[in-house]
Amino acid sequence: MNWSAISSIYVFELARFFRTIAQSLVSPVLSTSLYFVVFGAAIGSRIEEVDGVSYGAFIVPGLIMLTVMTQSISNASFGIYFPKFIGTIYELLSAPINFLEIVMGYVGAAATKALFIGIIILITSFFFVEIQIAHPVAMVLFLVLTCVSFALFGFIIGIWAGSFEQLQLVPLLIVTPLVFLGGSFYSISMLPPVWQTISMFNPVVYLISGFRWAFFGLSDVPVATSLFAIAGFTALCLGAVWWIFKTGWRIRQ
Amino acid sequence: MPPILSIKDLRKAYDGGFEALKGVSLDINEGEIIALLGPNGAGKTTLISTICGITRPTSGSVTVAGHDILTDYRQARSLIGLVPQDIALEPFERVINTVRFSRGLFGKGRKDTVVEDILRRLSLWDKRDNQIRELSGGMKRRVLIAKALAHEPRVLFLDEPTAGVDVELRKDMWDIVDQLRADGVTTILTTHYIEEAEAIADRVGVISGGEILLVEDKDSLMARMGKKQLDVQLTAQLDEVPESLAAYDVSLGDDGWTLVYSYDTRAERTGITKLLSDVSAAGLQLRDVVTRQSSLEDIFVSLVQKDREGTS
Ligand SMILES: Nc1ncnc2c1ncn2[C@@H]1O[C@H](COP(=O)(O)OP(=O)(O)O)[C@@H](O)[C@H]1O
Ligand SMILES: [Mg+2]
Repeated sequence: MNWSAISSIYVFELARFFRTIAQSLVSPVLSTSLYFVVFGAAIGSRIEEVDGVSYGAFIVPGLIMLTVMTQSISNASFGIYFPKFIGTIYELLSAPINFLEIVMGYVGAAATKALFIGIIILITSFFFVEIQIAHPVAMVLFLVLTCVSFALFGFIIGIWAGSFEQLQLVPLLIVTPLVFLGGSFYSISMLPPVWQTISMFNPVVYLISGFRWAFFGLSDVPVATSLFAIAGFTALCLGAVWWIFKTGWRIRQ
Repeated sequence: MPPILSIKDLRKAYDGGFEALKGVSLDINEGEIIALLGPNGAGKTTLISTICGITRPTSGSVTVAGHDILTDYRQARSLIGLVPQDIALEPFERVINTVRFSRGLFGKGRKDTVVEDILRRLSLWDKRDNQIRELSGGMKRRVLIAKALAHEPRVLFLDEPTAGVDVELRKDMWDIVDQLRADGVTTILTTHYIEEAEAIADRVGVISGGEILLVEDKDSLMARMGKKQLDVQLTAQLDEVPESLAAYDVSLGDDGWTLVYSYDTRAERTGITKLLSDVSAAGLQLRDVVTRQSSLEDIFVSLVQKDREGTS
């Protein structure tokens, strides 16, 4: 293991993040606050409670997940797309490192940033609603796993993308709908039966459900299923990344 | 001493089937400076990219100090530094940080004295805290070199280091290569400027159409082509070479309007001064004096032409 290379990439990427820390934080914190105002205050005043939890508190795990997923993807996809775009990837390809080390550096940094923002949002939400966390360890585990697996997914998108438009395409067309329909703002049990069944094909449902369980002890699907789903998603992404580096797809002719 | 870089029958076909390297073999000795001379599209960058791990070889093998670039890529790559043809740098990063990054990426622990030394030698020390985007083109190229040297490689590839830079910068670059020579860093540079190969290389390889056409010591190459011609243009036409100049290797040209003198640039004395004084002693008046040299360029052009005729 070339630990020196991993930490170099990691530190370099995080430095980019902290250079623009204000922008990096303002946007997610602002949009989360807006969600609280719109969903929590406006709609929440009519919905009151979901399974005994105030609606404002109920949407907190979903909001964090929403942000963390989109942040992980955009951080990681941009992180590897940028060197491709400006040409500095030559240095990565010529360095004495293997794919695992590149991934650990880039994905690790992207996941760290997303985690950081997720925690900021959690702290922000304490200003709006009262929440207790029933299973803190599980909460952290779900959060970290989500950051890592979505950062892996973003990494793949970044390697695949041939333009900035494509870089936005997958998050916009696939991830955002899945996340919005994944139960961020509602419980799956609130849906008509047909839509409940359809929702079960949405992997994000399992993640949000598990994460929400860690907060309130209630979930749409069994926690074990959630853990299994996220582990499977991580493994799938890892496999894809391994294949990418083995074949040199889109990076090494 | 075994060669530090050994390339054996290296082939590279790009996706789509175009064969950019058609069996390149080349041994490079430790400490030497070799210039790969070739026109655009010859395969110079492809050769470097394949050795450095940016593209994959289709067949053939390359070893660096005995380490295979595929099976033993960690050892092989940690011995190599690469300065790419096109400037590629993170615009908002600071100079010293990108150089430290490169060192770490190649598995070397942080060592500020080494980084400082490299930056000083490349006249970048004063700019170390500047963002890359604030630097001029020439300075950016220096940053690329600093990054390539950051992990103290034994072999350095410079891909067209002086393409598109002004004369002054080119001289600077040559000085940098001279420093590398003094440090014993084996340097492989590509260029399509013949003067450049002449000025800094120990050996010259001519590459065209994905093949190495010739590799020769620059000195012996130059000796072969070290002949120079002096054309002494006269104000009056001559029928024959004057008696008093018979001792010189002189002939008439341009219908007798010019005396053509051949000499060896590498000889102790060229005989020009004496010839010219004898010319005026013979009562001839000079209109103009021109020297011409058969250069690397001539050989190069004829080699590349022969190669094209051979393949077409
Ligand atoms: N990525 C690529 N895909 C297909 N062909 C390529 C690629 N890169 C270079 N080539 C072709 O390979 C040949 C050699 O290119 P290159 O190695 O860049 O030459 P040089 O550096 O000597 O100018 C050229 O004909 C070029 O068009
Ligand atoms: Mg080139």
